[in-house]
Amino acid sequence: MSEVVVAHHDDHDDDHHEHGPDKGLARWLFTTNHKDIGTLYLWFSFTMFLIGGVLALVIRAELFQPGLQFVEPQFFNQMTTNHGLIMVFGAIMPAFVGLANWLVPMMVGAPDMALPRLNNLSFWILPFAFSMMISTLFMEGGGPNFGWTFYAPLSTTYAPPSVTFFIFAVHLMGASSIMGSMNIIATILNMRAPGMTFMKMPLFVWTWLITAYLLLAVMPVLAGAVTMMLFDIHFGTSFFNAAGGGDPVMFQHIFWFFGHPEVYIMILPAFGIVSQIIPTFARKPLFGYDSMVYATASIAFLSFIVWAHHMFTVGMPLAGQLFFMYATLLIAIPTGVKVFNWVSTMWRGSMTFETPMLFAVAFVVLFTIGGFSGLMLAIVPADYQYHDTYFVVAHFHYVLVPGALFSIMAAVYYWLPKWCGRMYDESLGKLHFWLSFIGVNITFFPQHFSGLAGMPRRIPDYPLQFADFNMVSSIGAFIFGFSQLLFLYLVIKAIRSGKPATARVWEGAHGLEWTLPSPAPYHSFTHPPKVTDAEAHS
Amino acid sequence: MTPAPNHRRTAARLVLIVVGMFGFAWALIPLYDVLCEMTGLGGGTGDLYVYDPATVEEDRSRLVQVNFITNTNGGMPWEFWAEKGGVRVHPGQVREVKFYVRNNTDRRMIGQAIPSVVPIKAAEHFHKTECFCFEQQILEPGETMEMPMRFIVGPELPQNVPTISLSYALFDVTEYAADARAAEPTEG
Repeated sequence: MSEVVVAHHDDHDDDHHEHGPDKGLARWLFTTNHKDIGTLYLWFSFTMFLIGGVLALVIRAELFQPGLQFVEPQFFNQMTTNHGLIMVFGAIMPAFVGLANWLVPMMVGAPDMALPRLNNLSFWILPFAFSMMISTLFMEGGGPNFGWTFYAPLSTTYAPPSVTFFIFAVHLMGASSIMGSMNIIATILNMRAPGMTFMKMPLFVWTWLITAYLLLAVMPVLAGAVTMMLFDIHFGTSFFNAAGGGDPVMFQHIFWFFGHPEVYIMILPAFGIVSQIIPTFARKPLFGYDSMVYATASIAFLSFIVWAHHMFTVGMPLAGQLFFMYATLLIAIPTGVKVFNWVSTMWRGSMTFETPMLFAVAFVVLFTIGGFSGLMLAIVPADYQYHDTYFVVAHFHYVLVPGALFSIMAAVYYWLPKWCGRMYDESLGKLHFWLSFIGVNITFFPQHFSGLAGMPRRIPDYPLQFADFNMVSSIGAFIFGFSQLLFLYLVIKAIRSGKPATARVWEGAHGLEWTLPSPAPYHSFTHPPKVTDAEAHS
Repeated sequence: MTPAPNHRRTAARLVLIVVGMFGFAWALIPLYDVLCEMTGLGGGTGDLYVYDPATVEEDRSRLVQVNFITNTNGGMPWEFWAEKGGVRVHPGQVREVKFYVRNNTDRRMIGQAIPSVVPIKAAEHFHKTECFCFEQQILEPGETMEMPMRFIVGPELPQNVPTISLSYALFDVTEYAADARAAEPTEG
């Protein structure tokens, strides 16, 4: 049991003294291995990404020209709603959980996740949740059509009959996230290798630790909100029904009390990923590690006291508007610290621009653009003009697509050689990056302008003056969408026939995961590794 | 080798957070009501106002314009109007205004009016000693009902509020009311 740390990754070795994966489907159904579950999460997330992407392309096809071309307004509403729900809960969040599964144990020197069976359960309820939610699109009355924020009474009094399935699906997604988070926290708190102190943990581990606490704090609030909806719909209560003494505005408060931390849940792990990748390709330690940790914690704290900036126009007293405005603007400070640190890490570094680095640098630039438009939206008097326009759409797509999504792609390129032991095709990777980068900007940049000019979001038709911006936007969306098939091809090609990768993979890579052979053996760190300073974060 | 025992304790602590936050979501409902009552947010006008007329002094030095707005909520087919669009009152003076509803449909229906006052800072000074919004209205087909509403604007109303708008939204609650005939309206 002592000499198994290195060089034991041969899948054909069926001598089960250190048992490898099961054969066939059972391996995936019953697996408790963090690497298998990470893989499941990532493939699930990619599937959802493609489905959500198809819905987005239906939206952009309809908006290519003014007038109603392809779909009915009711169906259009289902497309926007499900696009949002699938991308948020089905693509971005499971991708981060998948990355955490793969990487956190390897990064802290643990043999597996702390609660492996819970891990299996938290993945396997997701396919059921999403099959159920997507199946509502084919039911009588259609699927969710009330926007991904499902404001009551649109989602209660005026909802399609299928809303109950939607509520159940959200409950399942929440349960999955909560169990996943408990697992990640328990792993990080209890299973770090000796010497891996908190302030030596890689930033991806730090950001996930904080994200997991955010999830534990707000997913139950979401569960509460949908439960109240369920009661209003089926049991005659009036939580959100004004006629019975309830208040629809209260729904918005509860939703955004969940919703704002939720948007940081989708970006903090991205910060962690970028903080791993940039030092590798700048060949310098991360600038300001400690400040990165504190900035992440500050952002997480502030995320709980800014929710009402999503609802400035709802009729709020001046004091409330001012409080939420200043609290929101405050977030720019820790976020600015992060951007400053990334730029300083690159400063005078020996930089090379392999695909992960391209995505990471694009993340820094484009996420910052999204951050700035967020600041504009935070300013109350300006928000009255921007509210519910395409400017908001442009803002949150800039932080979520070239933000969260680019970080996930960067992570896949960066760690794929470690996962499957083979390199991806660098020139195809670069092609994928440039198509994505150009596509994303063509899609979302014009939406700032149409929004400022007054185009409302969530509409299937629009006045003629917005025609050009929308046409450009749609062209960009199709470029971006189809270039993701290249990503799929590229990953499959790497897995099947990529060049073998070395253990270190990138010459500037630091961290325990790079001390393992490539591909990482099915069971790693069954004996805790020695954490040297060279292998810690800096 | 694998340190199992403390995982259970960690997990138990984390479950506590989850349970606590689920409870917090439900606690938000009463908290929200208390906050709205304290601040007048949402323009709620409170329950039936009981007071001793001797203690309220009429402020003859100023007049406040009180406007009435009547809406029927989407899909509510009744007609709903006030006898006049607005009145001028002295703070501290009791005033009665009549509202009317007519059920033009061919079925028995139940309506519930929900009030709201702007500006928000006036809400806590707007008191109703009698209001049709404290109960539900049951109208037979074609029936019209006269509904009195009596109010006082508190003399403590800030000087910089010359105008108060009282809006009523009329909801069709026939279905809910049929389920729970005895159900009391909770909002005044």
